[in-house]
Amino acid sequence: MGNKGIIIILSLTGLLVSSLLLFFFASDRSESYTDLALLNCHCPPGFKLIEDNKCMSKNLYQQYDSPNNQGVGGLQTGLPQIRDGFTPQEIDLGRYLFFDPVLSLDGSMSCATCHDPNKGFGDGLPTSIGKDHIKLDRAAPTLWNVGYLTRLFWDGRANSLEEQMEITLFSELEMANTPENLLRTLNNIDNYKRLFAEAYPERGKQEEIQLDEIFKALAAFQTSLVSLNSKYDQYAHGYHKALNDQEIEGMNVFRSFVARCAECHTPPLFTNQQFAVIGTPEPDGLPLDPGAEIPFNDKSMRGAFKVPTLRNIDLTAPYMHSGKFETMREAVEFYTQGRGHAVPKGEKLYIHWHIWEPQLSDYELDRLVDFLKTLSDESFLPKIPDALPSGLKATL
Amino acid sequence: MKATLFKIIGGILLLVLGMFLGRTFLSSSGESTVPMPSTMKYRNVGISGDTTQVAQAKAFTGQIIEVKNGGSIQEAVKTAKPGDLIRVFPGTYSENVYIDKDDISLQGVVIKGEWPTLNGKHEINDAFLYSGNGILIENFKIINYKGNGIMGQAGNNFIIRNNWIIDTGVYGIFPQFGKNGLIEHNVLSKIADAAIYVGMCDNIDVLHNEVFDSVAGIEIENSRHCLVENNYVHNNTGGLLAFITPGLPIKTAFNIIFRNNFVVNNNHENFGAPGSTVASIPPGTGILIMAADDVIVENNIITGNKNTGITIVDLATGDPKANDPNAEGNPDRVVILDNIMFDNGNDPTGEIKAIMLSQLDTKGPDIFAYGGGTGSTIRDKNRYRTFGLGDYGQPEIEDTKDIKTFMLNAPVPPRSVTDAELGEITYYGVCAGCHAYGTTLIGVDTQIIKEIYVDNPQGIVNYITKPLNLREDYPEMPPQDYLSDAAKMAVAEYILTMNH
Repeated sequence: MGNKGIIIILSLTGLLVSSLLLFFFASDRSESYTDLALLNCHCPPGFKLIEDNKCMSKNLYQQYDSPNNQGVGGLQTGLPQIRDGFTPQEIDLGRYLFFDPVLSLDGSMSCATCHDPNKGFGDGLPTSIGKDHIKLDRAAPTLWNVGYLTRLFWDGRANSLEEQMEITLFSELEMANTPENLLRTLNNIDNYKRLFAEAYPERGKQEEIQLDEIFKALAAFQTSLVSLNSKYDQYAHGYHKALNDQEIEGMNVFRSFVARCAECHTPPLFTNQQFAVIGTPEPDGLPLDPGAEIPFNDKSMRGAFKVPTLRNIDLTAPYMHSGKFETMREAVEFYTQGRGHAVPKGEKLYIHWHIWEPQLSDYELDRLVDFLKTLSDESFLPKIPDALPSGLKATL
Repeated sequence: MKATLFKIIGGILLLVLGMFLGRTFLSSSGESTVPMPSTMKYRNVGISGDTTQVAQAKAFTGQIIEVKNGGSIQEAVKTAKPGDLIRVFPGTYSENVYIDKDDISLQGVVIKGEWPTLNGKHEINDAFLYSGNGILIENFKIINYKGNGIMGQAGNNFIIRNNWIIDTGVYGIFPQFGKNGLIEHNVLSKIADAAIYVGMCDNIDVLHNEVFDSVAGIEIENSRHCLVENNYVHNNTGGLLAFITPGLPIKTAFNIIFRNNFVVNNNHENFGAPGSTVASIPPGTGILIMAADDVIVENNIITGNKNTGITIVDLATGDPKANDPNAEGNPDRVVILDNIMFDNGNDPTGEIKAIMLSQLDTKGPDIFAYGGGTGSTIRDKNRYRTFGLGDYGQPEIEDTKDIKTFMLNAPVPPRSVTDAELGEITYYGVCAGCHAYGTTLIGVDTQIIKEIYVDNPQGIVNYITKPLNLREDYPEMPPQDYLSDAAKMAVAEYILTMNH
């Protein structure tokens, strides 16, 4: 060993020390002080920035009309109206808020806890877990294409994303926060004060963060979650090679008036946004969920739920409002097992007229599953923030 | 002797030759019908306004594809391009034909009473399923399907005619979400729901059909601007129906004319599927108007329907199961003009029987109205036996002779987008998942792409159709060959015009 060797050892040690220092310092820094980039000034994919700094939705379905402008029909049918026109900054601010557990009372849950982008914006559970590990009554629905929906929650009790999130944020069973505490928390975080001031420049920089700003930013982000580029969509736009023979067979079962799937799960959104009583069973031990009967105070809607979208359905098992079915195969089989076969004794439900006895074969059920898998598309998956304005770690 | 033999043999040979020639030429004459690619024709173009006859609007320039017994109609559809005509010759075709293309005509060729027959063997769901615009389906015999004879989903400008449909499951002919269509000269029977079901459609004419032995004859549901004329509707549970089904995304039914139909002896037992809307129709219902508005009933022969000739009810009475706060459930402004009605209500059932008994009447009425609704009128009320028409006044009109059709004068045009719009929606709707202008997402900055391909949109088209990975620091781009040629060129040109 000569001088050379010593130099190498010294420099290696130096490198090690400095990288260790860097490592500790860096991680230290991110906990105590987060130096964030400014909010994104570009619209998310699927949106075009127009002159007054608004993001407008753009997609290939804008080539088509829809009957009576309802956004339901067949392959080449236009979509219903989406909520768009948010600024890039609002959307990006909403993205930070969405992943930030600081929104819950105890800092344990973010929106993404139940609407995890890695799980199709669901949580993979039969029913979601709330505050203090309370098991809730219903499954977390996907948020893909939620900007097109006019009613939120399985029972449709909210008419806007803002109404929906207000209930969830302040429910004692869910995020358990209070408006006062949420505002106090966010207004005490300088990063958020700066970001809100940037997203809402029309008001003074030192103004307090308002509830409606929080709601609007979260709504803006959620409306940017668009999934319209699946293999199915390629077929719909005229590229018939996008689906293989078995998938096409499944599509034909899907839209046939025997299975009738497409009557309620109407393309292009794969929901007609109506309510339907289909009479699915609850998981063992749970009583019948009255569904929309409660918010609408209407006996005929007992057991009714909003028809959910089927886009990205392969990513959001288990299925139905309380996750009774673990696989898509079980879920589609439900529809051929007899009208009302799972309705508890003594319950009188007004089962939807499309629920009948289509006598689908095992082969047809398998093909239906093949087709449903073609509805997956996550090409516009948003980025999970590396660091959050609160300094907390993004919870999924 | 020899000469005689030759004469005889020669004569026989001549006879055989003659028979051969005769059979060959005469029988082939049955196949030499001039094909009429009917989607290419259009009503009222170049014809005076007093006929529904169709006229040639543009020349047929497509290909003719022939399908013979043993062949597959679906294979022909796969090769067909918009504007083509598929001619199907007699034979049995057990298949589900789906048409996800525009402007395809399917024409059966009937030869000496032999029909091209689609037989679903009670196993196959649908005979024809189309989503394209400008579809024509004519001259087919369709039997034994589980779902539908012919079902359309969001196809406009369709023509369905001259088909013979027996026992095809739930519906015989069922256009859904369609605008501007013609259903005529079809014969349908043994259908478990509606033989002809116009669902969530606009501007449809249903003319000259015969429908019988079905639960519902002709059903106009959540549809607007429909003319049902000159149909022979007999021995169904219910004959003609105009109504709103609650819980559907399109929630209105109005401007419907029932005119010049025979609505006779619709007394078939109800064999509708439990839970279906038609399962609750009492046998013996001639015409049912439920919640639909501005329905005109004119010059029909309505006889021998043992419950009622015409029933007019609101949703609360007719379909009390499903509430839909967004569907207005009263039948408003029903207009009953002159009709021939007798021998209706001879054996009423259910609620109507009970209500009539409360009136000390054992017969059902010609016209029965119950529940909400305003503004309805009737001409010459005294000639019928009626119930519940106390507030019906005199109609403002005497007839509807000015209305020849509810179809449009020209096809519903496809929504046209300019190349610039197509480029824009393709860029933001597809490309923007990986590319942005002035910044790097997953793929190369759009600004760099623009600079590389100045004045060379075809270069971009070539690249996105078959990408070559040119840059090690970027992931390989998947081919975008699923985009139409028009969309690829439009997006290439759009990228070259971008500046932010």
